Amino acid sequence: MTKHFASTIAAMISQVFILSSQGDHLIYKDFRGEAGSDVVGVFYEKVTALTGDQPPVVMNHGDLHFVHVRQGGLYWVATTTADSSPFTLIEFLNRLAALVKDYCGSLCEKSVQMNFALIYELLDEVVDYGYIQTTSSDVLKNFIQTEAVCSKPFSLFDLSNVGLFGAETQQSKVAPSSAATRPVQSSREQGGKSEIFVDVIERMSVVIGSNGVVMKADVEGEIRVKCFMPSCSEMRIGLNEEFSIGKSQIRGYGAAVRVDECSFHQAVRLDEFSSSRILRLCPSPGEQTVMQYQLSDELPSAPPFRLYPTIERDSGGRLLMYLKLRCDLLPRSAAINVCVTIPVPRGSVSVSQELSSPDQSAELKLQSRAIEWRIPRFPGGTQLSALFKLEAPALGPAPLMEVGPVVLAFELPHLTVTGLQIRFLRLSPVQPGPSQRWIRYVTHSDSYVIRV
Amino acid sequence: MPYLGSEDTVRELRRHLSNPNVQSDPLRYRSSILKVIRAMSQGVDVAGLFSEMVKACATVDIVQKKLVYVFLCSYATLNPELSLLVINTLRKDCQDPNPMVRSLALRNMVNLRLPSLAEYVEQPLSAGLRDRAACVRRVAVLGWAKLHNLQPASEIDAAVVNELYGLLRDPDPVVMVNCLRALEEILKEEGGMAINKPITHHLLNRLGQLDVWGQCEVLRVLQRYRPQSESELFDILSLLDASLVSPHPPVMAATLSLFLVLCPDLPAVSFAALERVRGPLLAACGSASRETRFTALCHIQLLLRSLPGLMGAHYKRFFCGYAEPAYIKQRKMQVLVELVNDDNVAMLLDELRGYCTDVNADTAQAAISAIGRIGRSYSDQCLQILTGLLGLQQEHITSAVVQTMRDLVWVCPQCSDTVCSALEGCEETLQDSQGRQALLWLLAVHGERVRSAPYTLEGFIDGVRGEASPGVKMELLTTTMRLFVCRPAETQDMLGRLLHHCIEEETDMCVRDQALLYYRLLRCGMEETRRVLGGRRSEPSLGVLIGRPAEPISQWASSFNTLEPLKQGAGETETTGRASPQHVTFDLDSDLSDTLNSGAEELDYVCLEERIRCPAVPHCSPQSLQAAMQLVNIQTLAFTAAHASPWRVYLYTHAQQAARSALILGQLLYAGEDEDEDEAGLSEGPSPRGREEEVKVTLKQRPRDEKALQGFLSILTAVLHTLPFNTH
Repeated sequence: MTKHFASTIAAMISQVFILSSQGDHLIYKDFRGEAGSDVVGVFYEKVTALTGDQPPVVMNHGDLHFVHVRQGGLYWVATTTADSSPFTLIEFLNRLAALVKDYCGSLCEKSVQMNFALIYELLDEVVDYGYIQTTSSDVLKNFIQTEAVCSKPFSLFDLSNVGLFGAETQQSKVAPSSAATRPVQSSREQGGKSEIFVDVIERMSVVIGSNGVVMKADVEGEIRVKCFMPSCSEMRIGLNEEFSIGKSQIRGYGAAVRVDECSFHQAVRLDEFSSSRILRLCPSPGEQTVMQYQLSDELPSAPPFRLYPTIERDSGGRLLMYLKLRCDLLPRSAAINVCVTIPVPRGSVSVSQELSSPDQSAELKLQSRAIEWRIPRFPGGTQLSALFKLEAPALGPAPLMEVGPVVLAFELPHLTVTGLQIRFLRLSPVQPGPSQRWIRYVTHSDSYVIRV
Repeated sequence: MPYLGSEDTVRELRRHLSNPNVQSDPLRYRSSILKVIRAMSQGVDVAGLFSEMVKACATVDIVQKKLVYVFLCSYATLNPELSLLVINTLRKDCQDPNPMVRSLALRNMVNLRLPSLAEYVEQPLSAGLRDRAACVRRVAVLGWAKLHNLQPASEIDAAVVNELYGLLRDPDPVVMVNCLRALEEILKEEGGMAINKPITHHLLNRLGQLDVWGQCEVLRVLQRYRPQSESELFDILSLLDASLVSPHPPVMAATLSLFLVLCPDLPAVSFAALERVRGPLLAACGSASRETRFTALCHIQLLLRSLPGLMGAHYKRFFCGYAEPAYIKQRKMQVLVELVNDDNVAMLLDELRGYCTDVNADTAQAAISAIGRIGRSYSDQCLQILTGLLGLQQEHITSAVVQTMRDLVWVCPQCSDTVCSALEGCEETLQDSQGRQALLWLLAVHGERVRSAPYTLEGFIDGVRGEASPGVKMELLTTTMRLFVCRPAETQDMLGRLLHHCIEEETDMCVRDQALLYYRLLRCGMEETRRVLGGRRSEPSLGVLIGRPAEPISQWASSFNTLEPLKQGAGETETTGRASPQHVTFDLDSDLSDTLNSGAEELDYVCLEERIRCPAVPHCSPQSLQAAMQLVNIQTLAFTAAHASPWRVYLYTHAQQAARSALILGQLLYAGEDEDEDEAGLSEGPSPRGREEEVKVTLKQRPRDEKALQGFLSILTAVLHTLPFNTH
């Protein structure tokens, strides 16, 4: 019983600091004066001394616990002396990083360095005496006075080649991807420039067995709203009428759009959701996740990629790998930034390749013992092939067992695998002046595994 | 900016700050101050600029004010006198019509952390509690907590405490939550604020208005409340039901904690709550943030301790993603091992086999030992995979496989044939000492069935001069001895060479002593040698516990939603259990049961023999016995199957006595029908209580402590008598 008493006393943050990946001190704020600033160095020593398989999230130094997350290549660290809730601390650090991203436009060492005054101001309002006060951008916008410093002046016409969510989108007809990477506060003096972005982002992880059967397929999706409206009114997002949750429910007449589980942001009102699949909310400035959903074990359509490998040893002791990769998307869609990783046997020294077009590339990464085959653009309904000849003088007795599984990482712009679509996006009352509404879809995967 | 040493930087900055031209231009003034703060956060000591910064504080520019306060709060404790100059500006700001200025001043007044300023701060703080702007009240409430902690010895002002209790009804939710926090801090010595029924229900009713952080705070404070009746408890639980499935992991975790604390006596309710959080926890496992994913995994491991079947149907959610870091993969494998059942075993093993060839050696080894763990229940499928992996002939894989096989054979002797045939030829691939030790152990135990065993040993003995690890040498001695016992013709010569080398040339004392011991043993004659060395390969009638029985929730409830489950090594060592040489010593030196039985020789070990009457024991299920023992902190090492005869249980405990703990080892022996021929078959008979069976208890402790032993015996007797009588 006493243990419970102890655990209910105080769960507060002692310090917050942000370090670059090289260990430079970018931001340091002490809320309670319980520990010296030398712990920053202690933290960096500890975190860099860890081996890959040791969990780094929580570390101790005497009575002090370090909890950290990595975002934007930076260490975001909170220290605490009490045995606080890890969920709370990690969620807070992630939220802090998201706020900094909202206010500074992007999340990197440079933007944090340039906007340190703004970040101190944020931290001051977000945390008092180690207690989280508010992280809502609605509330914070009244308090934050410092203007963000951008590394380059923002312009919608600045079609930089940073693509959608960091991807390369040469012929993207949607909003240029840099559009959403700007500080929320600049909307204040830009006056008429009011925009809203609604992104549907899905992450897919798939395992396909060597016989071509889908063994596992998970999709995690979310709808993110990024709002740059000076005065926010109510927004109505209409999803497909056929959208259903759970196994049994079937709605509408079209192809069912089904998810297993679905959760919403606190601010979303769902009174029209069950009848006509409409989400109502008043978006706060900055980015927020309005809805999250998951689908497991079942894809509504065929998996986007199939692989037909032929692997054999030739008389010269080389390993010949002939890979045919088919993209089963509809012909008008395409996958971009496809990276195929093919683990190869130990003892491989070099590879020679024959690829079907010059924009592809492939190289053997000795450190990760894998061939990386990069395809910048892969249209639906087409097939690519590659022949890799692997020089491996010291092959083991069973080299074929060491090949694979092949892993694909890719992005599918303008596409959701669940089929979730946004029917309409209405702002009421109608915004005065020009306002732009953008809806963007993307599906990506960094774990699309095909066994060979 | 050119590179300057820290003194030069400070001088340069001072020149800027005191330049009247700069001071008259707000933008330039502000940017000079920015430079100071930048230098400060980069770790340059700018304390010398304190007086210049104090001057800069008196400005109408809020941004500049905020910047200066950041500086002042960092350095005030070094300059208490100069800080007095700031207090006037701050007090004036507290009267400002702009609430933002008021809250800013009030917050930083206390953040200076100067006990000497307390007298100037109290009045503005009191006024702040009654301010009409919520943002000022928020600051003022926490300000009292800060002030109290600055002067921990001072009296608690009852008026302030009352006012804070009153502010729990403040319309602003953050003010309310801050009141909770402040009261908890101020009343720390009294065990925190009073949580009575009206306060509890007030807090619960306002839960909906709070943000995630506020909800967590309230839920945590409520853990101290004890509902007065069962109906009130259920009212509270139903109010909390929605937060239990909150999409925000912090709220979900805090609510589950509260559930577990509120109903420790209602296991059904707790189990239902665990079922409810399954969805949100699984969602957190798929979160985009890998830290959240890791946290959720660690907590799922806790839940599985009490409800092993909780995630059974969702095992695919724990398959590793290719790009995930090794520490997440390992946790996922630990979870996967727990989830295996008849339906999913094929899929699961197939998946795990894929990880065995991972580029990361740690991940590969973890996957191999996970397969070994599953092999305890599904030995054929697992051995097939493990044998296949040996074909890769890669040193780290072979080493991990041999170690895993050793652990498996000890528990499942039926695997030994397959293992013996797989072992041929793998000594060439093994490089590390762990793997070679495991191989030697296997040769020692099953050497007579491995055709090439003497040749393998010969290779080891020829290379013994170059061998660095004493562990391998000791293992080699034992193995050669045991092989000599069963295959003397082939090994006599090499044993002689090995003993000669170890006795004459070896520098490591442990190795040399062991060689001497074996030498003397051989001189005692072959019979004696055989008797000492012929330990068991594994006790066939002795099943070391495979699946752990479900623990009661109370075992882990207090560490749920704390940092504890995330710490290194918090994971079950059992699942990843590497080297377990204790098997060897346990087996070879002297069998535990032999030592216990042949008490006459080593009388100083056996401390107590007692017979207790206990009809239930030989027939109760291992799980219920173990659960009962764990309640009183007695751990079971191993036991025979129910109804086996003779029936044995080995157990141990740590007896606490005057700041030092002593280990007590014990054995329960039920000889059963063999002993009392005339009562044969009685246990199945219609009236088993007609004669009560006796269980022989043997206890060992060193040094002997009569009191502890008697205490232990009485506890043990009590536990045994409570066991349910369980006839099948």
